[in-house]
Amino acid sequence: MTALLEVSGVSVSFDGFRAINNLSFTIGPAELRAVIGPNGAGKTTFMDIVTGKTRPDSGTITWGEKSQSLLGKSEAAIARAGIGRKFQRPTVFEDQTVAENLILALKSRRGPLAALFFRLNAAGRDRIAELAATVGLTDHLARKSGELSHGQKQWLEIAMLLAQEPRLLLVDEPAAGMTLAERERTTAMLVDIARTRAVVVVEHDMDFVRRLNARVTVLHEGAVLAEGSLDHVTKNPQVIEVYLGRG
Amino acid sequence: MTDPLLPRRFLSRAPSVVWFLGTLALFCLVVTVLSPDPGMGLVSTSFIKTLGKTLCLCLAAMAMDLVWGYTGILSLGHMAFFALGGYMIGQWLMYARTEEIVIQSLASSPLPPTSVEVAQGVATQIFGVVGSSDMPAIWAFAHSLPAQLALVVAVPGVLALAFGWLAFRSRVTGVYLSILTQAMTLALSLYLFQNDSGLRGNNGLSGLQNLPGLSPTAQDAVSLAFFWASALALALGYLLLSWAVSGKFGSVLRAIRDDEARVRFLGYPVAGYKLFVFTATAVICGLAGGLYYPQAGIINPAELAPIASIYLAVWVAIGGRGRLYGAAIGAAFVSLLSSWFTGGRAPSVNLGVYVIDWVDWWQVLLGLAFVTVTLTAPRGIGGLFDWRLGRHAPDRKGAPLGPDDGALQEKEALE
Repeated sequence: MTALLEVSGVSVSFDGFRAINNLSFTIGPAELRAVIGPNGAGKTTFMDIVTGKTRPDSGTITWGEKSQSLLGKSEAAIARAGIGRKFQRPTVFEDQTVAENLILALKSRRGPLAALFFRLNAAGRDRIAELAATVGLTDHLARKSGELSHGQKQWLEIAMLLAQEPRLLLVDEPAAGMTLAERERTTAMLVDIARTRAVVVVEHDMDFVRRLNARVTVLHEGAVLAEGSLDHVTKNPQVIEVYLGRG
Repeated sequence: MTDPLLPRRFLSRAPSVVWFLGTLALFCLVVTVLSPDPGMGLVSTSFIKTLGKTLCLCLAAMAMDLVWGYTGILSLGHMAFFALGGYMIGQWLMYARTEEIVIQSLASSPLPPTSVEVAQGVATQIFGVVGSSDMPAIWAFAHSLPAQLALVVAVPGVLALAFGWLAFRSRVTGVYLSILTQAMTLALSLYLFQNDSGLRGNNGLSGLQNLPGLSPTAQDAVSLAFFWASALALALGYLLLSWAVSGKFGSVLRAIRDDEARVRFLGYPVAGYKLFVFTATAVICGLAGGLYYPQAGIINPAELAPIASIYLAVWVAIGGRGRLYGAAIGAAFVSLLSSWFTGGRAPSVNLGVYVIDWVDWWQVLLGLAFVTVTLTAPRGIGGLFDWRLGRHAPDRKGAPLGPDDGALQEKEALE
């Protein structure tokens, strides 16, 4: 199995502070991966680098079958290449309806002229209806998304992420602010998505990671400390010292 | 409730179009009936010109609303694009009219004038006032109406494209962008104030109300024709802009206004959208200016001083941002009121110790109105329509309800 995303030897520092230090990371086209690590381990910076928000000082990032370099591409170009990102705090367009939010995210040509002449076709309508049903928002399509509850906004953002049809999903703390039942539903959904796409979940909550039943990458001080099954990494003495010991 | 995903016709997505165009058509008919030439002569020609100019300002305000109210770019340069459009049409008007006069005055000489003599005469007539008798290079196309009309579109468009490309590519946003646009406007205005700018320095271009080939007595008919042309431009502008904002394009623009980083992560080229909107609205402003200045009769660099663009923003804010008819109402209301107050017709208020003369105090009143609207009625005059239709803005004054009960604030949820 060839890698979908390959990050190798990436470093970045902010004002002399090494946020990411010679980090290497690989994920296949249909794989679920949990990334854990204490605060300041570089989890969010890692996502910023992959999505083009932060430019690394050194290292390479290659993407897809053609091993295309992602360095120097804009956030928008990387998103169009097939990397979708879900933020920790739900970021939906609160002044617009749920349907408008989903139409914005729906895979389509992204240029200004394409948007001017955009018409939602039957296939797009079906896809949006299907996604809304998956996340339980069918009855809320006409409501402004700012009126939704916190959990519903998280769901809407997950639906928006799926509407983009990305090949790699970067999901930052998807279960934050969710009830236990909602967490379980989120877990099942992420596992299901990872059958066809690559999913990277950044999470603090160990119980949630355990339910994902996925390979785990532990970050510490901007580098990979350990990688393997959850049981494997939790037995690693270094991991226990830097992370689990504190919890 | 209708399915929010089903495609809806343009008029059901933008119901204000019918109202706006209907009101505009009615207004035009009333003005025509009252006008001096074909009508009853109850209003003066100069008042018809004022109304025609106001319609052009409404068009510029709608363009400003698209760029500020919808996309969130507070441009303080759109009146510069407006004035540039005016300069471009003014060059032709002034050249063609002067040429006519020169040919007339040379007709009495024993030999018919050569084209060189005519050109020399025109140059002396136009540039004598700035101590020159040569035609500057930027007047190269002034003899041709189609070329100058193309420049009405091209000059503001190219300037906006170049400026916007530099600004949006380096992600200058917010107040920094406003300052940059204001600097551009000021620099342009200062440049045009110089005599060697080639556009007659602070004298500007004048006599623009006299169309070549028409006698000065035809002003009654000419002013009404320009009034109708301005109304037509406003109507077409309204149709075009409301079509643009009613669909997905408008949705992307509002998303950029609210959270542009998020829009980037959805794969949209944000800088491209901003550049598109900035340039398109600059062109609309240029066209509006091209219709405005033949009615005003004169244009000079003071017209594109930064204050003009600030006024444009004030009109849009008072009328109501984020809705096109709001911008048009704001521009019409404030600019007509402004000409009433500054025209010396408003009665002075005698306070005994001090006499409030509105010519001086109007600006203070306008400033207070702007602050009041911004603080107490952010939806502006357009908000009155929401109130009439029973659409209430949520009162965001209570405490948040917390994650489980929704994003409505405490008080809203209780109502």
